[in-house]
Amino acid sequence: MEKIRGRVRKFGDNIDTDTIAPGSTLQFPVDEMKKHAFSPIYPEFYKTVKEGDIIVAGGNFGCGSSREQATMVVKELGFRFVVCESMARIYLRNCVGLGIYPILIEGVSHLFDEGDEIEIDLQRGEVKNVRAGKTASFEPLSETPLRILNAGGIIPVLKKITEEVSP
Amino acid sequence: MTAIEKILARRSGRKKTSPGEYVTAKIDMAMMPDAFGLLRTVISKGGIRQEAFRVWDPERFVVVLDHRVPPPTLANAENYKLSREFAKKLNMKHFYDVFPGIGHQVMIEKGFVRPGELIVGADSHTTTYGALNAASTGIGASEMAYVVQTGELWFRVPETIKVDIRGKFQDTVHSKDVILFLAGKYTTEVAQYKAIEWTGSAVDEMNLDSRLTMGNMSVELGAKFGIFRADQKVIDYVRSRTDKPFEPVESDPDAVYAQKYQVDAPSIEPQVALPHNVGNVVRARDVKDIKIDQAVIASCCHGRIEDLEIAVKMLKGKKVHPGVRFYVAPASWEIYKEASEKGLFSRLIDSGVMIGNPSCGLCTGYQGLLAAGEKCIAATPRNFKGRMGSPDSEIYLGSPATVTASAIRGKITDPREVM
Repeated sequence: MEKIRGRVRKFGDNIDTDTIAPGSTLQFPVDEMKKHAFSPIYPEFYKTVKEGDIIVAGGNFGCGSSREQATMVVKELGFRFVVCESMARIYLRNCVGLGIYPILIEGVSHLFDEGDEIEIDLQRGEVKNVRAGKTASFEPLSETPLRILNAGGIIPVLKKITEEVSP
Repeated sequence: MTAIEKILARRSGRKKTSPGEYVTAKIDMAMMPDAFGLLRTVISKGGIRQEAFRVWDPERFVVVLDHRVPPPTLANAENYKLSREFAKKLNMKHFYDVFPGIGHQVMIEKGFVRPGELIVGADSHTTTYGALNAASTGIGASEMAYVVQTGELWFRVPETIKVDIRGKFQDTVHSKDVILFLAGKYTTEVAQYKAIEWTGSAVDEMNLDSRLTMGNMSVELGAKFGIFRADQKVIDYVRSRTDKPFEPVESDPDAVYAQKYQVDAPSIEPQVALPHNVGNVVRARDVKDIKIDQAVIASCCHGRIEDLEIAVKMLKGKKVHPGVRFYVAPASWEIYKEASEKGLFSRLIDSGVMIGNPSCGLCTGYQGLLAAGEKCIAATPRNFKGRMGSPDSEIYLGSPATVTASAIRGKITDPREVM
């Protein structure tokens, strides 16, 4: 498995789903919705995002609603990994279900500043601050969620099932 | 085993489960509110042909359109129209349009929530049904698509924590205050990935409305499930709603808990969560000079008869402060009717309260929006930044009593000062 590098986009604790995907934007198509992602705390965040950026956040990332749009916009913005101290459970399930890899490490937010380069080694279960040379380890996803994630999410898994049932 | 371990074992065909294990469990009931529209989108975007997508068991899948009722925008109206058409295509048996109320309340009233069952909902407050001894939890729309087609879902068996609440609450103190107290003392992650078992003499004494509030807000403590014992109150209620058989669960005496917490009910005072997090909690009496523009009792968390009666009782002979808009919305039209027949509305209206329709609107920013700089105290489950309107508005959470006391005084007030 390759190592992944990306630019750190730093967030604090308790980033809730109303912040990630405000209620007033949920009816928009996702390419429009993404323009409002994180807007209550970071207006026009989308303009600052590059494909391959990686979120590094504090505790309880994604707390609140089960609205999948809060995970969809993060994916639409080009994020494939969310590294955080802890993640709310529905958000974690939605990440797996949409093919975003959640990486949970206690204390990780103190390791990175906004704009740092992060390297993720999925095989070893390690993240590294490339500039500072500091590392921290994490427990890779268990087999059940990993299988879904590697299939690209739960919908591709379901697609396969429906095709087997009614080809 | 704990009650939750037993339900997951039962539904995954195992004799035993332990925390940390991954199981694939059969789902007893699945509920979707407005997220049903998103289900349609994720299926078609995912390249799944609509004719290949079927409901695994029409008896077990319930859809209730409730969040944007009645639709405030044309986009909402169009989305509901598509949902209706989709429900027809799926030959849905239990499709509830904008009537008869908030999905979680409808699930309970229609007898779809039964003790000992495993229920998923595409809404985080699905934990509400724990009050009726169900293992119920929220999932996203894509996972729900998987459930609707296959009737099953993977779960990681959670550890259980036990919260034992003993003694008698002070007057005006509500189960809501217990949740806020715990969120403030132990953080909103105290039950992250875990199940909460709510027990103790104070819980036994509570009526179902109070327990439903606690089940509902278990998710605000991070919990996957928040389960109560099926005592006679639960059994009687469910029996009055359904003829279907059910099998309640109870934890074994030697069940293993990750943690046990004791709460002394008499020492709990009215609590308030300050913006913008449910865990940002202080005692109501320590909140000084926070003037409010709006007060709300509504949502799947409140909006039940007990909540309305508290407001009526506190407002007796009093008026809502002239600077405050006070909205009360029952959680369903059944509650609405009961409240109306009991004369609660005329008394609320006489005091200057406005009655809203059953919907998620007041809690989620689709009705009664807050302008920049405005402050609201709400008996609803969340106070996230911008949830009720402008990101520059502020939401404070409190019990129905604290909300009503604050509406009377025009500023956040400990309800004991008003009674």
